[in-house]
Amino acid sequence: MTTSAPDAPAATPAEPAALQRLHPLTPVLRGAKFFLAVLAVLSYRELPQLGVGRALIGLLAVVVVAFVLSYASWRFTWYRIDGKELQFESGVLFRRSRRVPLERVQAIDIVRPLVGRILGLAELRLEVVGQGNTEAPLAYLTEDEAHRLRARLLALAAGVHADTPEPDETVLARIPSRDLVISVLLLGQVVIGLPLLAVAAVGLLLIDIRAFLGSLPALASFALGIGSVSVRRLLVEYGFTLAESPDGLRLRHGLLETRAQTVPPGRVQAIRLVQPVLWRRRDWVRVEVDVAGYAGGDEGQAVTGALLPVAPRAIGVHLIQRVLSGVDVAAIARRPVPSRAAPLDPVQWQQLAIGLTPQVLVVFSGRLRRVIDLVPLAKVQSLRLAQGPLQRRLGLASLHVDTAGRRLATTAAHRDAAEALDLFHEISELARAERELRRRVTR
Amino acid sequence: MTVALYPTDVAWRPVSPRLVVVRRALALGLLTPVALGTCIVVAVLTSPVGAVGAAMLAAGSLSWLWWTIGRACRSWGYAERADDLLVRHGFVIRRLSVVPYGRMQFLDVTAGPIDRRVQIATVHLHTAAAATDARIPGLPAQEAARLRDRLAALGEARAAGL
Repeated sequence: MTTSAPDAPAATPAEPAALQRLHPLTPVLRGAKFFLAVLAVLSYRELPQLGVGRALIGLLAVVVVAFVLSYASWRFTWYRIDGKELQFESGVLFRRSRRVPLERVQAIDIVRPLVGRILGLAELRLEVVGQGNTEAPLAYLTEDEAHRLRARLLALAAGVHADTPEPDETVLARIPSRDLVISVLLLGQVVIGLPLLAVAAVGLLLIDIRAFLGSLPALASFALGIGSVSVRRLLVEYGFTLAESPDGLRLRHGLLETRAQTVPPGRVQAIRLVQPVLWRRRDWVRVEVDVAGYAGGDEGQAVTGALLPVAPRAIGVHLIQRVLSGVDVAAIARRPVPSRAAPLDPVQWQQLAIGLTPQVLVVFSGRLRRVIDLVPLAKVQSLRLAQGPLQRRLGLASLHVDTAGRRLATTAAHRDAAEALDLFHEISELARAERELRRRVTR
Repeated sequence: MTVALYPTDVAWRPVSPRLVVVRRALALGLLTPVALGTCIVVAVLTSPVGAVGAAMLAAGSLSWLWWTIGRACRSWGYAERADDLLVRHGFVIRRLSVVPYGRMQFLDVTAGPIDRRVQIATVHLHTAAAATDARIPGLPAQEAARLRDRLAALGEARAAGL
């Protein structure tokens, strides 16, 4: 499968890695995906009108076009590891050559869609800070190849020799399916939304069957709205396993489409510990992480972002301790906001608090759904202090902490203004110390 | 009860007074014809007394705008410290940002047609965080160039990984 690209520079003898193609079944899989999408639309609407004969001819044409396009795109796609970079060549008419410096890789995922699993194929995704979507999707490779390549990329990203074998991992947590299902059923939208919907449906049915039938589409779409989020969570987070190895945290999850994510050490920009109100009795928490590079656009990531979908608090706290090297959430002293903040946030002002250690800023919030945000100070990009007119009258100010993550925004709201200014200086000093420490270590 | 939100122990530098001129010219240039048009319409549709009322109202809002723009523009300030850049602005909502030089990813210097005529420019610092808000408008062109070069040099010297 090794061919040299027509416009690639002549290979130097010192360059051992040749340009490689993706797996030859790639066009089949891509074409099949496209075909299935067309089929779904077609069978739903048009098939009865078109007649079987014409429909078959149309489908055949779609198959041919899809296959030819996928084949052409496959034919012109190459990749290779070139020193400390991944080189990625693609495009039929407009050629694109991309080089991804491996030191900058924020996370590596192996995604196996359902059809891919049947054929034994997987997609390797490299996340780099940038435009938002995955920068170099290597789709598709054989599963073995994907794993081998990931090991090489991670080794290079960590600065060791590419042939270093993948280090062993220790499993930190395995989420039982039973807990996951219960936790999703205990979410507010399910507990309140679904019974409300049922009551509405039964009520309508008893009053007037025609009104019921008329409102059926609305009811169905509402149910689908509640259901799809929960079902999606179940599908994406099913069989969740979290493991730790020297090359980073490893997450494996998914029911139909499985995903194996690797987050190299020190890539976590922020962590959030969430506890919806109905999880409180079991003392379950959910741990979410923010890593630079994952944008909200990627559907799988947008739903999850979870480091632990559901686990007893002790495990969550322990996990945070591991990821943020020794930060103990339970032991951090809370500094509440002054009672002057009550008029500005009557619901949750009593829960608003912060904690600060030399390594991390912790922000507590949420009345029913308790949230604890943690930002490692080494990751702080900038700080912002803001004071609206009401806050000025009450002598309050809000402190925003910006990191390179895109999903979790951290705000210490309604602090005493003088304290906020002190915090502003203190945090920027601590962050500077942390940055300098890191720089000395890496040099 | 008011507490100074901005640190007082740093050397704040103001932006060019020409920023006020540009902003006022823009706002009044756009809104005066609208106000005049409204007055004429009112004069035609109602009585001259109504038109006088409308004119007074328009004059009132325009002078309020005049004053507000002055306050808003004068509220901008920046300070270069040893390791980071401080930017403050805002008159109704006050804001203070700090961006460490090492966190800077790239820099923009922009100037619109009117800005160019009076030789001012906007310097905008970007970090890896989308929320970072470090923009300094109304810098004299020379000062903008100096700041750009200095920030670029400092950013390179102190660059920190993500």
